[in-house]
Formats: sequence, C-alpha cells, structure tokens
Amino acid sequence: MFVNNDVRKSEEMLERHVTQPSEAGHPIILSTEDLHVYYGKKEALFEGDLQFASNQITALIGPSGSGKSTFLRSLNRMNDRIATVTGRIMYRGVDINQPAVDVYEMRRRVGMVFQRPNPFAKSIYDNIAFALRLRGVTGKHELDEIVETSLKQAALWDQVKDDLNKSALALSGGQAQRLCIARAIAVKPDILLLDEPASALDPVSTGQLEDTLLELKENYTIIIVTHNMQQAARISEYTAFFNQGRVLEYDTTSQIFTNPQVQVTSDYVSGNFG
Amino acid sequence: MKATQQLEQQLKRRSKAAKLEIWGRVVSFSALLLIVAVVVAIIGFVASKGIATFTSNHVNLWDFLTGKQWNPNITDANGKPEVGALPMIVGSFLITILSALVATPFAIGTAVFMNEISPNKGAKILQPVTELLVGIPSVVYGFIGLSVVVPVTRAIFGGSGFGILSGTCVLFVMILPTVTSMSADALKSVPRYYREASLALGATQWQTIYKVVLRAATPGLMTAVVFGMARAFGEALAVQMVIGNAALMPNSLVSPSSTLTSVLTTGIGNTVMGSLQNNALWSLALVLLLMSLIFNLIIRLIGRKGRLQ
Repeated sequence: MFVNNDVRKSEEMLERHVTQPSEAGHPIILSTEDLHVYYGKKEALFEGDLQFASNQITALIGPSGSGKSTFLRSLNRMNDRIATVTGRIMYRGVDINQPAVDVYEMRRRVGMVFQRPNPFAKSIYDNIAFALRLRGVTGKHELDEIVETSLKQAALWDQVKDDLNKSALALSGGQAQRLCIARAIAVKPDILLLDEPASALDPVSTGQLEDTLLELKENYTIIIVTHNMQQAARISEYTAFFNQGRVLEYDTTSQIFTNPQVQVTSDYVSGNFG
Repeated sequence: MKATQQLEQQLKRRSKAAKLEIWGRVVSFSALLLIVAVVVAIIGFVASKGIATFTSNHVNLWDFLTGKQWNPNITDANGKPEVGALPMIVGSFLITILSALVATPFAIGTAVFMNEISPNKGAKILQPVTELLVGIPSVVYGFIGLSVVVPVTRAIFGGSGFGILSGTCVLFVMILPTVTSMSADALKSVPRYYREASLALGATQWQTIYKVVLRAATPGLMTAVVFGMARAFGEALAVQMVIGNAALMPNSLVSPSSTLTSVLTTGIGNTVMGSLQNNALWSLALVLLLMSLIFNLIIRLIGRKGRLQ
C-alpha cells in the first residue's frame, strides 16, 4: 500500500493526547506550562505542558532529538547559559523559571544525574561531601552520617564502605553512576532528574540501578529520560512520549504501552517507527 | 595451481604505493635524525666549551658556582681568576621567580575569564590580543622597558632605575601571553561534564571554577607557569636593556645587576676564543642549558603526574 509519508506526518502532528495524573496521595509537585526552548534561533522544544506526580517515576521517551533531554535540562535550569527558555515551570506553586529565583538553591531541591557517570577526580567521600561543604556542612560527624545514608540509599554502601578515601575514578560504570545518585541525594532534594542514567551501563548494573530507583521513589519524585522502552515500562508510573520537540502523548505507563491513543506513539512503542 | 601462482605473483609485486610508502618513511626518519643530530651537537659543543674552564683553566667548580666576584680579566691575590657566577645565577633565578609570581595570577584570571565567564568575548578580543603580544619582538619590549619602565622606577625608588625590578616588569609582560594561552588550554581540557556535575549539585559558577575546574586543571596550570619561567629564564635582549649589567650581587631590587643571559650577550663578542674569559662565558651558557633541561624535566614530570590522576 502506498502511503504519502509527508501528509501522514503533518496530520499526525495535530493529534495529541496529554492527560493529568490524578492518583490520590500523589499531588502534582512540578508542572510546566507553555514551555519553549530555543538554541539560538532554532526551536528545540515547542510544547511542554506536563504535570508530574510526587513520589512517582515519570519516564520521558521518544526518538533521538525529540526534545526530551532539552525538556529535562530545563526543569532545573541547566539550560540557562546554553538556551533560551520561555514559559512557566511551577514547582510547588512557584515559577522557578523567573530571573529572581536563586538558581543554586533551586538546583539543590531539583537534583540531576547525567547520562555519563561523572564523578569528580576526588575520593568517594569527597564526591558526596562536595555539595554539602559548599553549603557550610563541615562537621565531621554530620558529614560521615550523610555520606553513609546517601550511599546506603543508592545501594553502594556495602561495596565501598572500606574504600571511602579511594579515588572515585576507580569505580566501575554502574558503581560510579550510583555514586552520582548518592551525591545528588546527599543535599536532600525533592525531585531527581535522570538523563538516560543507564545508557552507559551493562544489563546487570542497569537492573541494580532500576531497583535503586524504585526504592528512592519513596522519598523522591523521579523524572527519567530513557531510550530503553522496557525500562520505562518496568519502573515508571507515567510516561510521556516526545516527538520532534512536542509532547504527543502523556498518560499512565500501562496506557501508553498497551493502549496508546496517538498513532505515532503506537508505532514507536511497537517498534514500527521511522 | 596456476591461479595460486598468479595470485602469489600479484600479491608479491611491489606496487607504486608501497614504494612511495618506503620513500616517505625514509624522508621523515632522516628529518628526525637531522634534528636529533643538531640538538646533540649543540649540547656537546656547549658542554665541551663550558667544561674547559674547569679542566684547562683549572677553576674550581665550587668557586665558580659560589664566587661573588665576576671579573675574568683579573686574577685575585692567589693568582686565581675571578670567575664567580653566583651574582648572575641569583639574578636569573630572582627575576624568573618574581616575574612568574606576578604573571601567574593575571594569566590564570584572564584564562578563567576567557574560558568560563565570557567565552564569546574571550575568543573575540583576548585571543587575538594574546597572540599579538606573543608576536612582538623582544627588542621592542626591551626598548619600551628602557624608555618607560626604567624612568618610572627611577622616579619612585631612586637610584638609576636599572635593576631586577625593571627586568621583572618587562618579563612579566613578555611571559604573560605564554602563560595565559597555556592556562586557557589547560582549562579547556577540563571536561564539560565536570562543570555540569558541579552546577547540577547547586554550586555557583565561582564555586565550580574554584573547587572543580581549577583543581582539575592544576597540572596543566603548573605546566603553563613552568613554561613561562623557562621563557623568562632564557630571555636575553629585553632583560639586558633594563637590568643595568653590573656583575654584582643584587643588594636590592633596584640596584643594577645582571643575569646569565645578559652577561653572555654583552660579553661574548669581546673575548677571544679559547681564552679563559671566553671559556667562562661558555660555562655560563652551560649553566643556562642545564637549567633549561631541568625546566623541561619538571614540565614532563608534572604532565605525567597529571595523566596518572
């Protein structure tokens, strides 16, 4: 059957299905309204209007270049010096996309873990203590305690408790990524943003990381960008599908994967995309 | 069977490309050989000449390094020639260390501005300025030093105005571009994800620069400073124009003194080959050469240490 792809595309772009999470006990903690991101004159994100439920995992999926990382990086203003971000990002009722907001304090509350494990060339202990010391936490006892609890939460404590003073660069990829998670939660954030955290890891480390995230959900709201659709299906409650800078569909993960409303989403999750 | 033989013949035939390959290897290897030969010859020549002071003129090495009187034309009461190089060695080290001390904060500050704070402006304005500064001939620096720095020093501190202080001022400007551009390279080599990790943890930009970027770039920054020092140590002309050229122990920063290089440039044309006066100058050159080698060694050591981290 002959299908004119260009026509199909433009028609499909009009089709959108974005819902609001409304599960009891999980109020909306973060939402974006009319979010647009420009790199120079090029617009990378056209529509960003999502609401995130607290203490849940939300997955952002979509093909490369669909704007999901751009969207995620806007949420804690990591795009500040790189791109122009317009629109509102409401965090517990406050628009954090205003110039008056102290971006450093905001980033403490909205932490981020990157695609590539990026520990500093310091000891494991100093990696976690880094952000704490910047905030004036210098008591040895207090630091020791936070380092221990953070590493335990990130499921790394048992493996490194005897090597806290060794260089973090000696850790394996999976351990390094969990160290980065421990480092991010040491400052007690509210929300944890993860940008493809498992893409550089092997399947075993990936599995461990997912277990860690499921445990962290108790205390943190997690938003994760992933290329791995099985991963999204395994760990997340909500899934947003991005395509060409737009959120095309946003619903519970089970809906997205079993009963997508938009044709492009259906093609993507079933592997018929492109 | 025939096909195999044919194939073997084809494979074993030297193609034009293979011949060209050998030719290219020969050319590049002989270029390397020539350079090595020149370097070895220079070191051998300077060493043989420089050692002559101690072997054929029987000057004590210790006296040479610690003696405070430099006057190769005169022999002292014991009949020994006065070839104490300590004033020049002190002068060279003093001027090198002082100019590096003054230049380093400016250089690192500029590099931080160019790389971290305003990369666009840095690339547009500071990069060409730095490159221009490198291109100015040293005689021009010396001339400006002679007609601007020396009179100003004279007006403020009295005396003649010639001395270590004026030399430091001139050398500071001369090594600044070298140290700046190398520091900028060191900062550039700090991976972007280091900065992102720090910023995402809520560190301010200054905290990120101070605690993460500068720490990670320390080996590179140290290399930059040592490179600047090597340049300051070896600079002759500009220093000679402002330092006063008196082979005396510097008793203050504004008293006329000299460095290894300035004594060499003033003296080398006025001596006869093979005489003690000439050999003593070669010994100074040998000291200079050895110091350059030591600077290079330090740079290598820092580089290796940086890689291990």
